[in-house]
Amino acid sequence: MSTHEGPQVSGEVTRPAGGELVTGDGEGQLPDRFPNPGLPPHRPRLADTDPAAERRVVRQVALLFGISALGTIGMVVAYFAVPPGETIGSMRLSNLLLGLGLFLAMFGFGAAAIHWAKTVMSDVEHVEQRHPQRSDPQTRSDAVAVLSEGTADSGIGRRGVLKGALVGALALVPLTIAVPLVGEVGGDWNVGKFRNTLWARGKRLTKDPSGEPIRAADVTIGSVFHVIPEGLRDSEHWIEEKAKAVVLMVRLDPSDLTEAPNRRDWSYEGIVAYSKICTHVGCPVALYEQQTHHLLCPCHQSTFDVADGAKVLFGPASRPLPQLPITVDDEGYLIAQDDFAEPIGPSYWERLK
Amino acid sequence: MKAIVDRRHHRLAPVVLLLAALLTMGALYAAFSPTPAGAAVATQTDIDAGRALFTANCATCHGPRAEGRDEVPSLIGVGAAAVDFQVSTGRMPMQASGPQAMAKPPALDAEQTRQLAAYVASLAPGPQIPSAEQVNPALGDAANGMALFRTNCAMCHGAVGSGGALTSGKYAPALGQSTPTEIYEAMLTGPQAMPVFNDANLTPDDKRDVIAFLEAQKAGSPGGTDLGAVGPVSEGLWVWVVGMGLLIASAVWIGAKSS
Repeated sequence: MSTHEGPQVSGEVTRPAGGELVTGDGEGQLPDRFPNPGLPPHRPRLADTDPAAERRVVRQVALLFGISALGTIGMVVAYFAVPPGETIGSMRLSNLLLGLGLFLAMFGFGAAAIHWAKTVMSDVEHVEQRHPQRSDPQTRSDAVAVLSEGTADSGIGRRGVLKGALVGALALVPLTIAVPLVGEVGGDWNVGKFRNTLWARGKRLTKDPSGEPIRAADVTIGSVFHVIPEGLRDSEHWIEEKAKAVVLMVRLDPSDLTEAPNRRDWSYEGIVAYSKICTHVGCPVALYEQQTHHLLCPCHQSTFDVADGAKVLFGPASRPLPQLPITVDDEGYLIAQDDFAEPIGPSYWERLK
Repeated sequence: MKAIVDRRHHRLAPVVLLLAALLTMGALYAAFSPTPAGAAVATQTDIDAGRALFTANCATCHGPRAEGRDEVPSLIGVGAAAVDFQVSTGRMPMQASGPQAMAKPPALDAEQTRQLAAYVASLAPGPQIPSAEQVNPALGDAANGMALFRTNCAMCHGAVGSGGALTSGKYAPALGQSTPTEIYEAMLTGPQAMPVFNDANLTPDDKRDVIAFLEAQKAGSPGGTDLGAVGPVSEGLWVWVVGMGLLIASAVWIGAKSS
């Protein structure tokens, strides 16, 4: 048998006599084949040779199992004896004792098992030879004969209708899993809902969470109000509506305010209102710094300048926060002039259609 | 008496003596210390003393008549509450100009702070120092306070008031060490980067509810250590360093041959 013949079919190991390297044709060439170096000599552990060491590791394993048992008992005792109670302190004590007992029970058991296997159980190496996977020729030809007989019996080769019906039905079966799976991803495919919010002409600006309307005179310079539309709680799916409609409103000294010509009447005496939903990925932008008029998004540090149309000063947001046009009604309460002029929040494919 | 004489040379005697001395001093200080600012009505004497303190400590930056200049706010109309907050927490007088005026041991004592507040309040009407009843957490509703805190404060100060970073080196301080009066004054006056929450926005009852919520957080977390309650940074550090370190150590131990 040559060494070039490829994979070994039988279980025997080819091993040149004397364990020398079978070298190639010339000097400095790699050998065609490396010999199997075999297993290194077995090195007995301390516990294999020294009875005192063996007794010691057995004691250690028993101790670890003992710790595990104590942990289990301790956890059960703590479960009954130390109820969480009503105060933070008693809850913390209960959690601590339960967790500690569970840790000792699980970790003690695992550590004992590993320590046992490593130190006391036999670690003498065993070699098992691999067997050939291929069946003998007789079994193979028998199997092929049985399959051919089955195919001929079913008549699938002769009856084309049955073949087509089988393949067609089989191809449709995955739909029973795939359709509900894909259909429920995201729950709702109507992205057009982002185009409109609850804000509408004449809708009052109210305080979040109380829903009290806000007078323009109450918004003093340097104030920040977190605003929701009037009647939010009465709307269907009010949490989703709130997530779209939240607004941050501040009053600046009108001399600090830079306004685009087409937006001059969107503010009221220095009071400006912007959508609180970041145009990057939709986090609530609400970290308002009164002195710098900067509005910071806590997720990715996009920074907007409230004094200048909420333009992006820093960060990954690509466009300013949408502005809510506001004015006051006859009673002095702040109202919206209209909905936002553009969809709020992050970009999506149909946004500008 | 003999027993005391016998124990005079006991090695714990100095410790006992020191404790006794400290307790005596503490009791005396509590009995004789001046009453907190705002308790007394400001007199013309207070205002005059406050003006002298203002000239010595504040006028360099805020101007001789508290009119302010570029980058330095005018103090006309900020009221006694702003002065009490800034001076009693040591934020003012500022140590050095920088992104944030940090809290530090106060430079003026309680009486001087009261006089200074009286002077600044005399310049123009402004927010007053709240009464003890207005800031009593026991009278507040912590559950309503939580709803208000979550909407108005948590984005900067964190969900349980442990503070957080702002832009350009500024930060929202942790509120665990702040007194109810300081918290009330901060909401009322909007110190530094913090916006104002006037009484129309958060009513005095709302403010007391927020204080009650913050007081309730001092009991800590029922789950044990909260790792500073600053969110994913400290928790992630713990998981990556301690948690994964333990897992790697266990894997190395399991894989190592026993000697």
